[in-house]
Amino acid sequence: MSTATATPPARTSPPPRETPRPGRLRRSWDKHWYAWVMVAPVVIVLAVLIFYPLGRGILLSFTDLTEANQLAEICDRSITGAEVCRPNPNAWQYIGLDNYADVLSGKVGRFWQWLGITLIWTVGCVVFHYALGLGLAVLLNRPIRGRGVYRVLLILPWAVPAFVSAFAWRFMFNEKFGLINSLLEAAGISRVEWFADWKTSLLTAIVANIWLGVPFMMVTLLGGMQTIPTEQYEAAEIDGATAWQRFVNITLPGLRSVSMTVLLLGTIWTFNMFPVIFLVNGGGPAGQTEILVTGAFRSAFEGIRNYSMASTYGVLILSILLVFSVLYRRALRKQGEVW
Amino acid sequence: MTVTPMAAPAPQTTGAHPRGRGRRSPLASLGLHATLIVASLIAVFPIVWVLLSSFKPGHAVQSSELTLVKEPTLANYSYVLFDTSFPTWMVNSVVIALCTMLIGILMSATTGYALSRFNFPGRRHLLLVFLVTQMFPVAILIVPIYQIMAALGLINTHAALVIAYLTIAVPFCSWMLKGYFDSIPTSLDEAASIDGAGPFATFWKVIMPLARPGIAVTAFYTFLTAWGEVAYASAFMQTDDRFTLAYGMQQFVPQFNAQWEYLTAAAVLVTVPAGLVFLYAQRHLVSGLTAGGTKG
Repeated sequence: MSTATATPPARTSPPPRETPRPGRLRRSWDKHWYAWVMVAPVVIVLAVLIFYPLGRGILLSFTDLTEANQLAEICDRSITGAEVCRPNPNAWQYIGLDNYADVLSGKVGRFWQWLGITLIWTVGCVVFHYALGLGLAVLLNRPIRGRGVYRVLLILPWAVPAFVSAFAWRFMFNEKFGLINSLLEAAGISRVEWFADWKTSLLTAIVANIWLGVPFMMVTLLGGMQTIPTEQYEAAEIDGATAWQRFVNITLPGLRSVSMTVLLLGTIWTFNMFPVIFLVNGGGPAGQTEILVTGAFRSAFEGIRNYSMASTYGVLILSILLVFSVLYRRALRKQGEVW
Repeated sequence: MTVTPMAAPAPQTTGAHPRGRGRRSPLASLGLHATLIVASLIAVFPIVWVLLSSFKPGHAVQSSELTLVKEPTLANYSYVLFDTSFPTWMVNSVVIALCTMLIGILMSATTGYALSRFNFPGRRHLLLVFLVTQMFPVAILIVPIYQIMAALGLINTHAALVIAYLTIAVPFCSWMLKGYFDSIPTSLDEAASIDGAGPFATFWKVIMPLARPGIAVTAFYTFLTAWGEVAYASAFMQTDDRFTLAYGMQQFVPQFNAQWEYLTAAAVLVTVPAGLVFLYAQRHLVSGLTAGGTKG
C-alpha cells in the first residue's frame, strides 16, 4: 500500500495513462531515473508517515471512532478458556459531518475562542520575531568589533531545546519564587500573578516564544543581507542616501524573497507551536489561553481518547493554514507586479 | 531594485550620516554595542539563570530572595545523574539524535540535490508538498502514526522515533539544501560529468564537499529536532529504559509540587550536547541557512 501511495508524486505530472507512444514513459525513466532514485526515500517516508495518516485522518473525521468503540468485535474468555467473540454493538460508524458541526458550533471544545487566541498568539509572535530579528540582523551586518561573539550569544536560544526553554520561562515567571516577580519586588513594583489572568498568562507564553524564535529569523535575514551586493550601498552613498533611506530602498527590497519565505514558515510554525503553550502556562487559567493545537490535543486526548475528534481538529487546522498560504501567495504575486 | 534618486541632495549630510559603512561616530558605535549587549544579555540570561539555580539547594531555588549563588552544591546533579535513569535516557537520546542526524543529512542532501539540479517530472509538486508537510499539527498525526508503528512492530524502539523525526526534519532540510545547492555553480557538475563521473559520483565527490555549510546547518537542525521533541517520544516509548531525555525529564514536573532544583540540573545537562552541536555548526549557520530562502 505504501508504494502505491508513494509513486504518484513522481509519476503523475506527464500523464502516462494513454500510451500512444509506448516509449514515452520509458524515455522519461531513462532520462530522470537518478533524480527519482535520489528523491525516492523521502517520498516513500513522507507517503507512509504523513500522507497515509493524513488520508486516514480525513476519513476518521467522518466517524465517531474513540478509544472505547474502536473494536469491531468484543472477545471474552469463557470459563473454559476459549475465546468467544461477538460483534461490538457500540462499534464506531460513519456519522458524516457531525464532528465538524459539533466543533464549529461550540458543542465540543471552544473552537472559536481557541482560534481567537491562536490569532493573537501567531500575530504577536511573528511580528516580534520578524521585527527583532530584522533589527538585530541589521546591527550584526555592520562591521563591528566582537561580531562573532554577539552572533553566537544571540543565536544561543535556538540551541536550547524548546522544552527546556519552556521550563526555564515557567520557572522565571513562577508566582512565588520566580525571578521576574523578585525583580519587580526589588524595583518596588508589586508582584504579578502571571498565570491568574488570561492576558498575563498569554503574555508569558508569547514572551517565551519570542525569545525562542528570534534567532531563526535573525540568522536567515542576516544571510539574506549578505547576498545583497555592496555596490548598491556604495552607489546609494554617493547619491547621498541616509542610513534609513538605504535600509528602506536597498535592504528591504533585497530581503524580499527571504522575508516572504520566513514569514510564511514562521506563521505556520507558530500557529502549530505545541510545546510552548503546553508547558509554559498549560493553557491556563482554566483553559482560557489554549491555542487550537493544544486545545484540540486536550479535548481529544484527555480522558477517553477521541481519535475522530482529533482528526476533525487536524483537518480544520490544516484547512486554515492551506487557505492562508494560498491567499498569502496570491497577495504576494499581486504585489510582485507592483514592486 | 534600483535606488530611487534622492530628490534633495540631503543637506544634513554633515551630521551623523556622512561616514560610509564601517566608519561611524563613536557615539553611534557606543549605541550599537549597547544595543547588542542588552540583546545578548536577554538572549543568554534565562539559560544562565537556570545554570545558576541548578547549583542551589532546593530551598534556595524555591525562595523569593534574589541571590546569584548561595550555598553552592552539586547535590542536584548527583541526584539526577545517579539516582534517576538519566544516564540511560541520555544514551537513548544521543543514539536517536545521531541516527536522525546521519540519515536526515543523507536523505535531505540527495533530495535537495535532485531538486536543485534535475528538472524531473514531479519536481514542483514535491517542493509544494514539502511546504504543506510543515502545516500538519504533530499532535493530530500522532494517533495514525502510532497505529502504523504498532503495525510494523516498532513501538518502544528507537527506530520508531528516528523515522518519526525524519518526517519532521527532512522536508525543511531538503528544501533548505536545495537552495544551498542552487548557489553552487552547475559548471562544476558539468566539468565532473565530462570527466566521466555519473550523477551520483558528482553529487558525492564534487558537490557534497562544497556544501559543508549547508550540511552543517542540516546537522544542527536534525539533531535539535530529535533532541528536543516530546510528543512523539511520549506516545511511542513505553518503558523507562527507552525514554528519551526530553520525555524522561517530564517526570520531575508533576502537576503539583514540581522538583525545580532537579529540573534545573537536568535542563543544564540536556542543553550541553545540543550546545556542542550548535558550537560546531554556528559558523556555518548564516551562510548555510539562507541560500534556501533567497531562491524562494
